[in-house]
Amino acid sequence: MSLVEKYPDEIKAVLAKYPPERKRSAVMPLLYMAMREEGFVTKQSMQEIADLLEISTTDVAAIIGFYTLYHDKKAGKYRMQVCNDLPCALRGADQFLESLCGNLGIKVGETTPDGLITVEAVMCLAACDKAPMFQIQSGSGLVYHENMTVDKTMELIDALRKGGVEVK
Amino acid sequence: MAHLLLRHRDIENLADLAVYKKHGGFEALKKAVTSMQPEQVTEEVKASGLRGRGGAGFPTGVKWSFLPNNTWPHYVVANADESEPGTFKDREIMTFNPFQFLEGVAIACYAVGANEGYIYLRGEFWQIAHLLDEKIADMEKAGFLGEKLFGSDFSLKLYTHLGAGAYICGEETALLESLEGNRGQPRVRPPFPATYGLYGKPTVVNNVETIANLPLIVTEGATGFRKNGTDKSPGTKIFSLSGNINKPGNYELPLGATFRELIFTCGGGLPEGRKVKGIMPAGASSSIILVNDENFDKVMDTPMDYENVQNVGSMLGSASVIIIDDTHSMDWVISKTVHFFRHESCGKCTPCREGNFWMLNIIDRIGEGHATPRDVTLLKNVATQMQGKCLCALGEFATMAVVSAIERFPEDFTTRVKPA
Repeated sequence: MSLVEKYPDEIKAVLAKYPPERKRSAVMPLLYMAMREEGFVTKQSMQEIADLLEISTTDVAAIIGFYTLYHDKKAGKYRMQVCNDLPCALRGADQFLESLCGNLGIKVGETTPDGLITVEAVMCLAACDKAPMFQIQSGSGLVYHENMTVDKTMELIDALRKGGVEVK
Repeated sequence: MAHLLLRHRDIENLADLAVYKKHGGFEALKKAVTSMQPEQVTEEVKASGLRGRGGAGFPTGVKWSFLPNNTWPHYVVANADESEPGTFKDREIMTFNPFQFLEGVAIACYAVGANEGYIYLRGEFWQIAHLLDEKIADMEKAGFLGEKLFGSDFSLKLYTHLGAGAYICGEETALLESLEGNRGQPRVRPPFPATYGLYGKPTVVNNVETIANLPLIVTEGATGFRKNGTDKSPGTKIFSLSGNINKPGNYELPLGATFRELIFTCGGGLPEGRKVKGIMPAGASSSIILVNDENFDKVMDTPMDYENVQNVGSMLGSASVIIIDDTHSMDWVISKTVHFFRHESCGKCTPCREGNFWMLNIIDRIGEGHATPRDVTLLKNVATQMQGKCLCALGEFATMAVVSAIERFPEDFTTRVKPA
């Protein structure tokens, strides 16, 4: 099903935010919409967004490539994005990240064998006073988890595995 | 002191429209729209001396007055891209005191004659963007946004727009490119956004905290606003305190408060009685202030405003104060900042793209213990070669910590390299 078939009203509302002759502005919100189900933008959605906004698929791909929150490949159902920039690192974020990966048996950038969690190291998330912290990006959006420990994180992952947590 | 920007800390549920209204909310907007000419609002903001809180410290009213009155429409864009490592103040304002911010956006729009305003949030503020959408809808329902506000001819619509993870979009022309649906790469200036901004139209881009001050200025007048802060840096400022500190967090203090007050009175000092070794007052973009037994009192008694921080060799910037204790080596600190800027360089101009790439290579070599003293000299050379040659401030910012670390903490490097 195409995006227009799936989200007709939402697309109309997004386009209404910008002047009609400037609909290219809608490329970012439309890309978020396209990632909602799979967590990444499919070739088909890329083409559809390009057609809708009357730009080339190369233009759309350039946007996906430039911004870190857009993805064109499948990863874990939840992307656990740990900030280990300077302020967080001064509060132990590097050690947190290392022992989290150790517990999961994966390296930074890898996905757990069950396809649930991809662990990524990311740049500052504006939560420096609540480190260690991470955000979880899933198809439906982004949620912050602050003042975390490895134990608390493993509990959260267990709950995610059981489907007991609403991450939205 | 009662909070002026972080008022939600004194008033419960301030993010609720009824509560905000009960505490004087939207009176400033009403006063501006019903009893002041747009130029009067601009003049009042000019007289208040309010300076941009995003980092540059440029006078806000002056920035507004650059918009030409022969090209329309005008736009106001709120910069909510808060991405500087060490900064987390706008997030608190928008989450807990959203109406003061939104009222400020509306006042700015009225002052410059904009009927549409955009709020550009970094993509990670996904939850906040949804919250603001709800608050905007609340305001529309209550008649504080929409057609003919307070029975005047002024109509206003506000929209949120989410970025998607790019530090560079905090630079105002990169932000506008991003809002137009392009990669967030800075434009060559001039022309500045005041004459050629969003969609090529005259545009004001202001930081969230700057905007949150506007209702106060309209209500209290320039004189009332100047009751806090210094003559050249009036008002209060939210200091984001992070790093090796007992009580990290946001602290709203008058501009000109000292480092001592922030670090020891507010922040409770350093954990385990450790010593301050360095301070980065403007986040990762700072020159690192050297603190030792000799200059400790001088640094601690320095007023944090736009003028005085320079006297200890740095800048106030966005007032994201990162404390580094004496257990850390500065070569490690700059490996973190360079890694950040290497990742965030947009790639448009060569000195920044290549310079950051090579700085990271060299600093990694130092970190791995394979470097010689020549590498440290080379690192400093690369940094100074970048300075003054980049299209926007990012390239310049990337070099600040590097150069200051090598100059002020040489022993942290000599102990890390093999003899020549």
